Amino acid sequence: MTDVAVRPTPAVLDRNRVVTWLQDYGVYAAIAVLIAINTAIKPSFFSMDNFRVQAFQVVPVLIVALGMALVITTEGIDLSVGAVIALSSAVIPLYLGYGPWLSIVIALVAGCVSGLLAGLMVAVANVQPIIATLALMIGVRGFAVILNGASAKSVTDETIGALGLDSWFGIPQEVWIAVVIVLVVAFVVRRTAFGRRLTAIGDNRAASALAGLPVKRVLVAVYIISGLLAAIAGVFLVGHGGYADPSNYGLNYELSAITAVVVGGTPLTGGRIKVLGTVAGAVFMQLVAATLIQNNVKNSYSQMVEAVIIIGAVYAARGRSGR
Amino acid sequence: MHALIGENGAGKSTLIKVMTGVYEPDEGEVRLRGEEVAFASPLAAQEAGISTIYQEVNLVPMMSVARNLFLGREPRRYGLIDSTRMKREARDILRDYGVHVNPARPLRSLGLGAQQMVAIARAVQIDARVVIMDEPTSSLEAREVETLFGVIRRLRDQGIAIVYVSHRLDELYQVCDRVTVMRDGAVVRVDDMSAVDRITLVSLMLGREIGDVRTHGATGFADAEHQVKGAPVVAARNLQRRHQLDGVSVEIRPGEVVGLGGLLGSGRSETAKAIMGALPLDGGSVEVGGTTTRRTVAASIRAGVVMLPEDRKAEGIVPSLSVRENIVLAALPRITRAGLVDRAKQDEIVDYFMKRLRIKASSPDQRVSELSGGNQQKVLLARCLCLDPKALLLDEPTRGIDVGAKAEVQGVINELAEQGLGVLLISSELDELIEGSDRVVVLKDGRVVGELTGDDVSQDTLMTTLAEAPPEPDLGAPGAPEPDTTEEERHD
Repeated sequence: MTDVAVRPTPAVLDRNRVVTWLQDYGVYAAIAVLIAINTAIKPSFFSMDNFRVQAFQVVPVLIVALGMALVITTEGIDLSVGAVIALSSAVIPLYLGYGPWLSIVIALVAGCVSGLLAGLMVAVANVQPIIATLALMIGVRGFAVILNGASAKSVTDETIGALGLDSWFGIPQEVWIAVVIVLVVAFVVRRTAFGRRLTAIGDNRAASALAGLPVKRVLVAVYIISGLLAAIAGVFLVGHGGYADPSNYGLNYELSAITAVVVGGTPLTGGRIKVLGTVAGAVFMQLVAATLIQNNVKNSYSQMVEAVIIIGAVYAARGRSGR
Repeated sequence: MHALIGENGAGKSTLIKVMTGVYEPDEGEVRLRGEEVAFASPLAAQEAGISTIYQEVNLVPMMSVARNLFLGREPRRYGLIDSTRMKREARDILRDYGVHVNPARPLRSLGLGAQQMVAIARAVQIDARVVIMDEPTSSLEAREVETLFGVIRRLRDQGIAIVYVSHRLDELYQVCDRVTVMRDGAVVRVDDMSAVDRITLVSLMLGREIGDVRTHGATGFADAEHQVKGAPVVAARNLQRRHQLDGVSVEIRPGEVVGLGGLLGSGRSETAKAIMGALPLDGGSVEVGGTTTRRTVAASIRAGVVMLPEDRKAEGIVPSLSVRENIVLAALPRITRAGLVDRAKQDEIVDYFMKRLRIKASSPDQRVSELSGGNQQKVLLARCLCLDPKALLLDEPTRGIDVGAKAEVQGVINELAEQGLGVLLISSELDELIEGSDRVVVLKDGRVVGELTGDDVSQDTLMTTLAEAPPEPDLGAPGAPEPDTTEEERHD
């Protein structure tokens, strides 16, 4: 009864088509436009140096946003990612004595443990994701500051510094790693049973449970992945900055990540994910910020511009789903 | 009192949406009391006196019953909502509809049937001249349907026109004066209800000859009994759950269709879910093929038990996934190697079942939410069957799907039983339950109150069993304010 073919009037159809197109490709088009405008204003924008500057800023956000996209697909949200960045940065100087790689591994494990806690709260104790991760966001940052002490500690290790600064074949190491992570996440989402379950659970949890899907296991895994990715971002930030500063690292990253996910076209209602869209969302927001800064627009104005973009993106997303 | 009928996809919903201002017609006009009208929005139609009750309850679950009833036109005093008066009036109004509840309770704490009654009461209160009811009885139990019909007759006597959409032909003959039959987006007949007999009606809807329909019978089930053999494939013993199940035992043998009879809230769905491991139990055991299974859905599926859930939308389809992904959803462990989905195997399964069940979709990539109800149900059936089950639990397998798809689904059930599957069939449609089942276990208030076998499997004996069964003192006596509290958990 409810699925009768609908024949909307032509005007409605056109609007829908525009909105659909905007939602699918708008971000990519906007990136192209921004690059074109910037290059026109200042040709040096389209240079390797500028590319590196932008890359170092966008990579940590992008990596965190990928985890966030996975969580959002399950109808959840992970506010603890910024705090996990701080935790990961706090752990590194503590274990640097055992060698850079071991300290990195421990930092990543710490991220996973935080994610595990979030996942258990959400999946087993049935705490709402926003509450569970809000608690972690506060608690984990506090813990990170205790571990490290209030002041920033310098990290002068070569390996970690290289991750944050050096290049392979002229392109920063962290960009290469980010590319690998994007490919892995895209592959997992498209080709694995886990990816299929992820979207099914976000789309209709009751149906998924009745179809025998391991709902709890998938939810816990998703939050662990989000924690792991945030910890990786933390390692890059330490490497790039040369010091660990848990009271300031990762602040507002959860919001930047959510913005990237939303602008990239993943609906907050779950059940659908756009991996490349999320990447584009992060790149786009970075370019917007860069454009405004390089043209000497005041920070407060650029925040307002970002707000308009977020609302526009959410409006486009809504126009499509809310029929 | 006008009946509007047709198969799924005949255009009934679209017609209703045009009448109520949801869609604008490309051509043609809508006349209200002889005057041409064009509604810009559903609100405009409402203000003109056209009020609609949709299939799914369309209210605010967290608000109180009284607030829902008066939403948007609350009685006021000194500019504030006069909640005392609102509650008192709500109580009086609802009493006419056979709903005896405290109007201060949140709506969602009511059973689905009672919620539907509130929706109907609300629609009628809005000073309506035309009331459109889209399958209002699909979630009501027999007693509530009677109350509703009482209300409908009273409205008719007051000179209110009613458009009544339903798949249940019995109801149409009971309350409707005239009928419009639609097929493929066009009206095929308008006549007095009494001038069209049942078989003509069905043939008009299907667009088939009368003789053709008759050979198919009222349902798609063959009359012959199945070859029942061997030890039970599923044996549920003494299932216990507070307020819902009180020692239910059911056995299903290979090749047998066991019907679960009973009214709304008698514990039928709960029994199926308990067997499936989807409902925590206080006591009892479920054996599949002679061994006790772990009480999880995944373990039940591995043991060979699958379930078709009652509520297709809420518990069945995953709307934004494709037909293909929906079919293999539960079978993922079988077509996955090292975490990767084996696409060749997946396509083989999907292809086979789309052909076998004649699922009509533009391609396996089509989103399942775009299919008609009948095809969605077939997708869910395919999801069950591709698991190679030994036992199939079917909860309202033909609810809300058109006559053609219904007969097809019933035919498949029959075929499966012939192939040796054990089937548990839950259906509110007596025809289907009686003709489809070899044996009927009758439930009332969460207890087994009788079992019909052989020639006793008939509508009369089922009703007698239900009527004669003594009320159970422990579990809310009948006539208590909300007899279907058992339905609550599902909707929370």
